[in-house]
Amino acid sequence: MAFLEINGLKKSYGETQVLAGIDLAVEQHEVVCLIGASGSGKSTLLRCINQLETIDEGTIRLDGDVVSGEGVDVNQLRRDIGIVFQSFNLFPHMSVVDNVTLAPRKLKQATPDEAERRARELLDRIGLSARADAFPDQLSGGQQQRVAIVRALAMQPRVLLLDEITSALDPELVAEVLDIVRELARDGLTMLLATHEMSFAREVASSVCFLHQGRILEQGPPEQIFTDPTEARTKDFLQRIIEAGRL
Amino acid sequence: MTVALEPRTTARPLPTCKVALPAAGLVVVLVTIALVWGTAWRLLSATAAGTSWHLFYLVVGLLAAVGVLALLRPALHSLAERGRAGTALGSQDLQAARIHRSRCYTSAWVAMGWSAAAVLVVAVVSFLLANDHAVQKTFLSPEMLSQSWWETTKAFRTNVFIAVVAEVIVLVWGLLLAVARSAPGRAGRPVAFLARIYIDAFRAVPGIIVIYLIGFGLPLAGVPVLSSMSPTWSAIFALTLTYGAYVAEVYRSGIESIHPSQNAAARSLGLSHGQTLRSVIVPQAVRRVVPPLLNDFIGLQKDTALVMVIGTVDAFTQAKIYASNYFNLSSVTVVALLFVLITIPQTRFVDRLIERDQRRQGR
Ligand SMILES: Nc1ncnc2c1ncn2[C@@H]1O[C@H](COP(=O)(O)OP(=O)(O)OP(=O)(O)O)[C@@H](O)[C@H]1O
Ligand SMILES: [Mg+2]
Repeated sequence: MAFLEINGLKKSYGETQVLAGIDLAVEQHEVVCLIGASGSGKSTLLRCINQLETIDEGTIRLDGDVVSGEGVDVNQLRRDIGIVFQSFNLFPHMSVVDNVTLAPRKLKQATPDEAERRARELLDRIGLSARADAFPDQLSGGQQQRVAIVRALAMQPRVLLLDEITSALDPELVAEVLDIVRELARDGLTMLLATHEMSFAREVASSVCFLHQGRILEQGPPEQIFTDPTEARTKDFLQRIIEAGRL
Repeated sequence: MTVALEPRTTARPLPTCKVALPAAGLVVVLVTIALVWGTAWRLLSATAAGTSWHLFYLVVGLLAAVGVLALLRPALHSLAERGRAGTALGSQDLQAARIHRSRCYTSAWVAMGWSAAAVLVVAVVSFLLANDHAVQKTFLSPEMLSQSWWETTKAFRTNVFIAVVAEVIVLVWGLLLAVARSAPGRAGRPVAFLARIYIDAFRAVPGIIVIYLIGFGLPLAGVPVLSSMSPTWSAIFALTLTYGAYVAEVYRSGIESIHPSQNAAARSLGLSHGQTLRSVIVPQAVRRVVPPLLNDFIGLQKDTALVMVIGTVDAFTQAKIYASNYFNLSSVTVVALLFVLITIPQTRFVDRLIERDQRRQGR
C-alpha cells in the first residue's frame, strides 16, 4: 500500500462537481506533479487532502491509516500533511520568525527556545536569517513564499502539498523558490504539487498526473507524459502550453 | 462597426482671466471687516467700564478688529496677480499668464474662505450678545462658572470611573460575544444563536431604559447579590450590557474582514479553531477596529450622564443642582466642556496608534 493513497475522492460545490472520483497513490520520497487546465480541480484536490475542504465521497489513507471522514482529528492530520499556498498567506502581524514558530509553539511540538532555534536554522538554510525579525510586507514575494515553505516545514510534515507556489511571483523570483523545492526533493521529502511550471515538473517529478474535469486522465513518468502522452486531451493541453511558450 | 481612433486636434484654449473672482473676494473681505468691527463695538459697549471682564472684552475686541484686516492681504494680492496675468497675456507669454491667473484665483478663494470663517465667529458672538447678553449670561455667566466648576468637576470623577470600569469589562465581554456569535459546528449553533439574540436585544433597547431597569428593577426584585449593588455599579452593569452588544458587532466586523486565507493558513498548520482565533484572527481584527471601538467608547462615556435617572451623583446631577438653584445653565456648560476635554486626547491617541501601526507595517 502506498504512503499516501486516495481512492474514489469526489467533491462538489453545490451542483457543480469539481472532483469526479480521484484515485492517486504517492509513495514515500516521491514527488508527484499535478498539471491541468485552470479549473480542472488541482487546488481543490490539494485542499481536500489537507481537509481544508470536506470531501463528499472516497477515502484518503496516510501510511495505511484512514485519515478522512468521521472521527478523524483533522488538527492532528494537518501536522502530518503541510500545505503551501499560491498567495503565501503569511500572518502579517507577526515577524518572520514568529510566523515560523507559531504552530510548533502552540501545538507544544517544541519549547519556545527550541522552536526559535530551529526556525532560525531553517531560515538560514534558505538564506533569510538576516530577515528573521522583519515583517512579511517588508519582504519580496519570493522571500515571502520561501518563508511560507519554511513555516510548513517547521511542523516536520511527512507530506508537503504545494499549490502553484510560484504563480503569484514575478518571473525573476520563481527560481529562488523552485530551488528550495528542488532541494527538498533531493532530501527525500514526499511532495504533491500543482504547477504550471512544466520544465520544473519534468525535472523534479517522479510522476506526473494530468487532471481534466475532476479526473486524473493520465499518469506516468514525466518523460512519457511530456513527450508521448497517450490521451488526446493531454496532447491538446501540452500543445497549448507550448504555444504559450511555457515548455 | 468601427470606431475611428483619431487624436483630438482642437487647440488648447488660451488662458483668460476674469476680473469677477478677485473683485468678489475684495467685496466679501470688506463686508466681513465691517461686520467684525460692528460686533467688536457691541461687545465693548455691552459691559460696564472698569470691571475685569470689560478689560477682557476690550482686548478681545481690539484683537479681532485689527486681526480681521489681515484678510485684505490675499484679497489685494489676488487683484495684483490678476493685473500681472493681463500683462502677460498681452505680451503673449501664455505660461506666465497661467501662473498668475492660478495665483489670482487661489488668493481670491483664500480671502473668501477665511472671511466665511470670520463671519461664522461673528454670528456666534452676536448670538451670545443677543437680547442684552441674555444668552451669554445663561450659558456662560462668569460668576456661575467660577462658582460651580469645582464641585462639578469633582462629581465628574464618577462619570470617569463608570466609563473606565465599564470600558475594560466591555472590551472582554464584547469579544466573548463576538466569538460566541461565530461559534462553528453543530455544537456552536445554540451558542451562536443565544449570542445573536443578546446582541439584537441590547442594541435595540435604549441605554437609558436598561439603566432604569437595572438600577430600580434589580433591587425591587430582590435578586441576590445584584440587588445590593450601589447605583454606581448598577450603572456600570447596565452600560456594560448595552455597549457589550455594540462592541461585539464591531469586533465581528473586524473578524469577518480578515481574509479567509488567513484562517486556512493557520488551520493548515494544525492549529485549532480557538488557537487560530486567538493567535491569528483576533489580533489582526482588533487592530482594524480601534477607530470604531473608540467611537463606541465615546458613546459610552457620554451615556454615563444617563445614570442620573437612578440617582447616582455624577457631574450632570451636580450641575443640575446649581442650574435649578440659580436659574442658570453655566454649570451644565461646564459638564459639556468636561466631556469635550476627555474626548480630544483619546482621539489623538488613537490617531497616533494607527500611525504607529502603519509605520511598523512598513506602509
Ligand atoms: N469555494 C468554491 N465554491 C464554488 N466553486 C468552487 C470553489 N472553489 C473552487 N470552485 C470551482 O471548482 C473548480 C476547480 O477549482 P480549482 O481551484 O480546484 O481549480 P485549479 O485546477 O486549481 O485551477 P487553477 O489552475 O486556476 O488554480 C473551478 O471551476 C472553480 O470555479
Ligand atoms: Mg489552483
